[in-house]
Amino acid sequence: MDIRKFLPAGRQVKDNLARRIMFGLCLFVLSLAFFMVFGLYQRAKPILAMRPLKDLLFSGAWHPTQGQFGLASFITGTLWVTTIAMGIAVPLGILTAIYLSEYAHRRTREFAKPLIDLLAGISPVVYGVWGVIAIVPLTGFSALTGGIVLAVMAFPIIISIVAEVIRTVPFEIREASSALGATKWQTIKFVVLKKAWPGIIAAVILGLSRAFGETMAVLMVAGCSLGVFPKSVFDPAYPLPALIANTYGEMMSIPLYDAAVLLAAFVLLLVTIFFNMVGWSILLRIERREAGG
Amino acid sequence: MDRRKIEENIFKTLMLFSTFVVVGSLAFILATIFLKGFRALNLDMLIKTPKGGYYLGKEGGILNAILGSLILGVGATFLALLVSLPVVFYLNLYLKKNSRFALTLRFFLDVLGGIPSIVYGAFGFTFMVFFGLKASLLAGIITVALLIIPIMTRSMDEVLKMIPFELREASYALGANRLETSIKIIFRQALPGIVTAVLISFGRGLGDAASVLFTAGFTDYLPYSLFKPVATLPLAIFFQLGTPFPEVQSRGYASALILTAIILLISVLARFLSRRFTKHGI
Repeated sequence: MDIRKFLPAGRQVKDNLARRIMFGLCLFVLSLAFFMVFGLYQRAKPILAMRPLKDLLFSGAWHPTQGQFGLASFITGTLWVTTIAMGIAVPLGILTAIYLSEYAHRRTREFAKPLIDLLAGISPVVYGVWGVIAIVPLTGFSALTGGIVLAVMAFPIIISIVAEVIRTVPFEIREASSALGATKWQTIKFVVLKKAWPGIIAAVILGLSRAFGETMAVLMVAGCSLGVFPKSVFDPAYPLPALIANTYGEMMSIPLYDAAVLLAAFVLLLVTIFFNMVGWSILLRIERREAGG
Repeated sequence: MDRRKIEENIFKTLMLFSTFVVVGSLAFILATIFLKGFRALNLDMLIKTPKGGYYLGKEGGILNAILGSLILGVGATFLALLVSLPVVFYLNLYLKKNSRFALTLRFFLDVLGGIPSIVYGAFGFTFMVFFGLKASLLAGIITVALLIIPIMTRSMDEVLKMIPFELREASYALGANRLETSIKIIFRQALPGIVTAVLISFGRGLGDAASVLFTAGFTDYLPYSLFKPVATLPLAIFFQLGTPFPEVQSRGYASALILTAIILLISVLARFLSRRFTKHGI
């Protein structure tokens, strides 16, 4: 006797249908990155066909009305603010992560974690408002201000990844180190950090990528003005993402302007995809090593 | 004193200092926004739309942006949920653990989550041009949905991973298939975590400005159509701060306070719900 006779009809049909729909949605998500690369490339193509890539990336002449679209000053601006941000966020973030995972009491850790999550949840525009009210009076609308605000925005991702990676270091090797007479810090320096450094590199890369693409907060505090090559940290900087956000509205009226701006978005996309692929591959490898024992 | 002890103490002090700076910066941000914003906040801002000359310092409020953001956020979260939920169940119930496809999908979700929102905005813009859409609520919803799909999917994925395999086996042993197990067993068990993931993504969508700049546009009117531009709170803050008038700028601070308060409320709610409803813990 076939037991299926007693079951409600169509159950397997539903399961199969659901499986196909789910698979389709997975393929959609998987293809999203390709769609983005392809879509932006298509829109940036007109300018790539008209101007040599070298001029577009390494010339500082940005005069859309005269048909000059050199992105160099914006790329320099991006490099300035991200370098400053990383100079602040990397040491502070790593030290905080070590403190929270190695020294802090469990209750301190449970208190700090939601706060750091909250830091990640605050709107970029609110960071910008904070920067304008609290940081600009000290350092002006400058690359330094942009870097400070970006550093705070990069804290959560750096801290959470470093803490996660430190957690994967087996407890036994810490014990072995202590048993040999090492102090807590020596154990951290020679055992934990030695084991965790690829993950820490990944955290830095991902934090860097976050700072690299952040737009609104930087647009509000870095003093984005045209034709400036920042020479010191107190000079205004005009990073790439801010350029994209700022030129919306005027770009449709000038030929090639929209292509130039979308080329900037395309460059940003490629760079962040590259950073993220490197960062997440490192973390994936750590996770698999851990799972494999 | 022992040199090792001195080194230990130096680094411990540095670590304490760093933690203080990180946590202190959050306190600093919240204090700045609350102190500056509270002074300029009044009821008119919450219940009126901008009248002519609002951005020159005349009267009105930002109800258009508050409502616009909420509607856009709800729409985008709903759309993202329609994609995320099936993808997470497929990842966790239909695929074998550590299958190549699952690994690739998770990797791509992580990479997508790292793409800046301005790039999503630019992509949404090319998408609009391609389909002949104008800056509108619909275009904004689609773009923000794309932006939060990776965040939502990955955080739900972490929740589903934590559910013990035995629960599934018990369900299969009773004759349920994977779809039935997904909906009737796993979904219920994971519900608090799923709600948290949804709320976090909602908050992220609400606060983002760079993605809606190109796609949702801006308007002084209340949202009334999917195909018309819509005002959003982050952009309202940005525009008010960009004016040269101190009184409008301080309204920008008040608007930042409103946005921060909404986001704080959402994250407290998320935390509360996930604690309150995590019963029958396994």
